[in-house]
Amino acid sequence: MTIEKSDSMNYIEEYRDSKITRAILQEIFRHNKFINTNYMEICGGHTVAIFKHGLRDTLPANIKLLSGPGCPVCVTDISFIDEAIELAKKKNVIIATFGDMLRVPGSYSSLMKEKSTGADIRICYSAMDSLKIAENNPDKEVVFIGVGFETTAPAIGVTIKTAKQKRLQNFSVLSSHKTMPNAIRALLDADEVAINGFICPGHVSAITGTTMYDFVAKEYNIPCVISGFEPSDILETILMLMKQTNTGEAKVENQYTRGVKKEGNLKALEILNDVFVPIDIKWRGIGLIPSSGLGISRRYSEFDTRKKIKIDLPLPKEISGCICGEIMRGVKTPKDCTLFAKVCNPENPQGACMVSAEGSCGTYYRYMPDMKK
Amino acid sequence: MCLAIPMKIIKIEDNLATAEISGAKYKANIDLVPDVKIGEYIIVHAGFAIEKLDEESAMETLRIWQDVADFHDNREKR
Amino acid sequence: MDKILKAHGSGGKYTHDLIKNLFVKHFCNDPLSELQDSAILNFSGNKFAFTTDSHVIRPLFFPGGDIGKLAVCGTVNDLAVCGAKPLWLSCGMIIEEGFEIANLEKIVISMQKAAEESGVIIVTGDTKVVESGSADGLYINTSGVGVIPDNVELSLKNVQPGDSIIISGNIGEHASAIISAREEFNIETELESDCASLNSLTELLIKKIDTIRIMRDPTRGGLATTLNEFVENQKFGIRVFEENIPIRNEVIGLCEPLGFDPLYLANEGKLLCIVGQDDANKVLQILRSFSIGKNACIIGEVIDNPNGRVLLKTRIGSDRVLDMLTGEMLPRIC
Ligand code: SF4
Repeated sequence: MTIEKSDSMNYIEEYRDSKITRAILQEIFRHNKFINTNYMEICGGHTVAIFKHGLRDTLPANIKLLSGPGCPVCVTDISFIDEAIELAKKKNVIIATFGDMLRVPGSYSSLMKEKSTGADIRICYSAMDSLKIAENNPDKEVVFIGVGFETTAPAIGVTIKTAKQKRLQNFSVLSSHKTMPNAIRALLDADEVAINGFICPGHVSAITGTTMYDFVAKEYNIPCVISGFEPSDILETILMLMKQTNTGEAKVENQYTRGVKKEGNLKALEILNDVFVPIDIKWRGIGLIPSSGLGISRRYSEFDTRKKIKIDLPLPKEISGCICGEIMRGVKTPKDCTLFAKVCNPENPQGACMVSAEGSCGTYYRYMPDMKK
Repeated sequence: MCLAIPMKIIKIEDNLATAEISGAKYKANIDLVPDVKIGEYIIVHAGFAIEKLDEESAMETLRIWQDVADFHDNREKR
Repeated sequence: MDKILKAHGSGGKYTHDLIKNLFVKHFCNDPLSELQDSAILNFSGNKFAFTTDSHVIRPLFFPGGDIGKLAVCGTVNDLAVCGAKPLWLSCGMIIEEGFEIANLEKIVISMQKAAEESGVIIVTGDTKVVESGSADGLYINTSGVGVIPDNVELSLKNVQPGDSIIISGNIGEHASAIISAREEFNIETELESDCASLNSLTELLIKKIDTIRIMRDPTRGGLATTLNEFVENQKFGIRVFEENIPIRNEVIGLCEPLGFDPLYLANEGKLLCIVGQDDANKVLQILRSFSIGKNACIIGEVIDNPNGRVLLKTRIGSDRVLDMLTGEMLPRIC
């Protein structure tokens, strides 16, 4: 294969070419110093890619990959799910949501269960679809369930701005958007696991730029490499981390140069800062982290569900035995959970990590042969 | 954490692009990447283009690895 | 679980559990508990296959077919993969008040055409009209009866390590065509449903090849789910090779942004079979002699260890488990 630009390129398949992945693996083995090393992939998308393509088994045994807190579904606090469920129960409300949130268990129910008993819940591929729903149902309040990190929030920002332009009266967003930096800091300050390097989320970084990880390298002396999502991307990232580990350096490098600019996406950041303001928010399993969430700014408060509708929350009830939180912090793995594959499975998920396509438990359940016995 | 996929822009109407991946044509809002043109690649997340894909560095990454792969190949043959 | 969810009808684990824990439990009889696509019945020295299938699909007309063609082909295929020669079909229609008669006629004509092509006749029927709003336009149920030639004995019991797994063509095209025909996703593709009758393929295979162990058509839940049905509670496992599974680029393109996996997408005109290794190439030749089988491929093999599992050899060369579909496939952001 010679690499020339052609019409049949899709910038996916090329990065899955086994010749290339094999070459990078050989390099990884060549640079291996046989020291036990833990690299954490922050992003659930990386976790899935790692399992789906079977990358873990191909790495040297002394390189361990830990899954981090980067799945927007998994880190959503149970009281937020309860909030969405309470809204769904209201007769005049239509819930618009990404498919991911449907099966996440709240304290007593899930959106999926509410849907089966008649709640009007619509699944959207794009947040813009929810505006159409609002326009078509003027006598109903359409509530969009806003989850996701820096990657997703600007899109929701555009949606809210568009709603304002259209002067929509019956649309609002229940925001539980989150931002990465302080979550990473909380994780490092808890100091529960040894992390020798971070595989940083490529698509979050496409918005934020590369400087947001500087503090990790500088203050905590941990190498960071921003990574794409195809097998050869992830392997190259691991190689780059190894090289830093070997020389004792700690800096922020960018493997995903085709998608991430140093300064990020300025337009997206502008919209993000216009529509949202930083708030303290609870992360499932980690707790309240200062300035790690995005609330809707005062300029757009007419689109803030919490300002429009009064929601009475039931007392939150965590599932006893579920250790999602510790798994998300990298302290434990699904193997340590006594419910895993017994009471808890994708059909009957006890925690969010089993529901989400990116959650550690769900990923282990789907891809690990010997875990279910 | 954020499923996003590269797609090639084939049409732009206002802030809505038609973007293609292997023959499947999706609609993507381009408010976040206002200066994109037809023929360019965007990275699409939940119906929104979140960034332009830099083709030069995409090719560069592939080329470097191709060279490494060829190098290993030749070494094996020897 | 105290209520029926959409996922109970998706062909994955929910569906399986419902069937096992409710229907099989109460109906409890030998032909049923085999859980084949058709029941195999012995009657005065002859073996019959009997099956039924209800069709609920939106939109009713889609690239490559419509609900009528689907209703005929689906039932013909359920009979065909059991080794039967399909003969007679029934047609039960539940029609929503207000449905256009012109559209109904289009669908009926399409059923007749599909029946002719499959060599079956539709010999009995029933019509019910329900109030507007209580059905999504039109539902069709078809039942079918076929005869099984004397010497045919398809069973998972005959499967041996080393046997080959063969698929008759590209996977995921039916579901892809339906997804792109649905307005809410706003996707355009040139994909057509693969909806087709398989009985010409199966009849020839059975005649020419002695080592056909078992055949299925991987509909709901896709290739991955059917492979898992093969190995469930068996002493063998299956390894498939990612590289060898035929998938059109467009299907992959459609799947990536939605977070779908083609291995779980429904097919309506594909044959999946396990055959003796020595016959694998002959089977390929036969399948490829049909236009609907021209992309047939050997995609994997039967292994003795681990048993009860399907492994996927990824392109990178490591094995991972390929599970059944769990829950409904929903477009996702992460
Ligand atoms: S297996 Fe289930 S119960 Fe255990 S930690 Fe994971 S999600 Fe929670």
